Amino acid sequence: MSPSGAEVLRQIKSRIDEVDPSVVREQVSNGAVVIDVREAEEWSTGHIPGARHVPKSFLESRIEGAAPDRSQHVILYCQSGNRSAWAARTLIDDLGYERVESMTGGITLWKDRGYEVEQPRTLTAEQRERYSRHLLLAEVGIEGQQKLLDAKVLLLGAGGLGSPAALYLAAAGVGTLGIVDDDVVDVSNLQRQVIHSSERIGMPKVESAEQTIMALNPDVNVQKYALRLGADNIMSILPDYDIIVDGLDNFPTRYLLNDASVRLQIPVVSAAILGFEGQLSVFKPYDGPCYRCLFPVPPPAELAPSCGANGVLGVLPGTMGLLQATEVIKLILGEGDPLVGRLLMYDALAARVTEVRVRRDPACPICSRHPEEIAREELGVFPDYEAFCAGAH
Amino acid sequence: MAKIRIPPVLRAAVGGEKELSAEGSSVGEILRSVADEHPQTQTQLFAADGGLNRYVNVYLNDEDVRVLDGLDTAVGAGDTLVILPAMAGGAR
Repeated sequence: MSPSGAEVLRQIKSRIDEVDPSVVREQVSNGAVVIDVREAEEWSTGHIPGARHVPKSFLESRIEGAAPDRSQHVILYCQSGNRSAWAARTLIDDLGYERVESMTGGITLWKDRGYEVEQPRTLTAEQRERYSRHLLLAEVGIEGQQKLLDAKVLLLGAGGLGSPAALYLAAAGVGTLGIVDDDVVDVSNLQRQVIHSSERIGMPKVESAEQTIMALNPDVNVQKYALRLGADNIMSILPDYDIIVDGLDNFPTRYLLNDASVRLQIPVVSAAILGFEGQLSVFKPYDGPCYRCLFPVPPPAELAPSCGANGVLGVLPGTMGLLQATEVIKLILGEGDPLVGRLLMYDALAARVTEVRVRRDPACPICSRHPEEIAREELGVFPDYEAFCAGAH
Repeated sequence: MAKIRIPPVLRAAVGGEKELSAEGSSVGEILRSVADEHPQTQTQLFAADGGLNRYVNVYLNDEDVRVLDGLDTAVGAGDTLVILPAMAGGAR
């Protein structure tokens, strides 16, 4: 007759190493990998600080993510010390781990001793489903998804660039999206401004964008600003945000935005498009150059065709807006190499991407100074500021 | 012969070309030969004092010529000059 489960467990416990919670506490600081083998719901009620979570049901497939080296010192724990014993046997017998221990009494005994417990922030079951493809990425995971949910991103414009950027940032679960736009949806917008729709012609763009975003992802809190960004309102809007997505269509506001964002030290993910070509860069104050380092003065009106209506291949702002959204997400997650100090040029017809370096200008009138030295009256100031691009919008 | 990439806003001034080739051993010589051949680019590239306009950046391959030797920067036959005026276009 086969032995009972309880008998097998006794046998396992007699031949694996069990350690007391007091020892585990010391071993954590000695570099041991502590692994919680309970289910996700149990982990979410609190775990040992610094522990990794590998549910017993996924032990074989996921252990290498937490403990890639089989000679590593691994300590397993569960609720009471039984499941971790079974798991220890699997690691030793089936997977060849050399130094595995199971914590006696599990987290129940750990808590009874009064040791510290870390309370993880959790996603709802719906969020775990919705963001499951993010959660599977090591670079995002639950921690990264929480960062996205906590992030506040301001989109300047719900137009060609802002539409695709807003859609994907909302889908990614960026928790707060501010949208600044004083325009209403026009039929000629719909060739590229994919957040709007035919039945919303005449509706304020911020309203239309909010409706689409809410239908896509109810996790997102939309803040609407049905106004034109200007010197009179910029300093009351920007401070609430972590990152700004710049899809501005005119130079005076671009410089105003630059100066205010440097003063507030908020990174700006900037893009511009014309015809079949786009530009993209990330201006991260004091880490890299600002917009004035790149272009200290705006061009004269005849060289600034954005002042009037120009043709644009509808898909191009889509491409550039999504590159902006990608940079935003990288900044939020702190992953990869952001496009700081580099300017990317995309030629859609040639299918060619060119990159140039952008340096901080040590004599930059704005970012060569401390942010608190930049006076409010100076923001966006130009010699011929008012005359420039007059009436353009 | 170095290659010069022409940005969209300057293309009308060079007969619609996206890329030109020009003789010259420095950035200044090459840009002046472009301006000689396409006079409409003269005031767009050069300021009254003969220097580059502040609102136009010129890159030798990927480096801003202003951090090199400006218009005196030497240019080899296989090099590419990129002319980059500021763009603003959010396509409302």
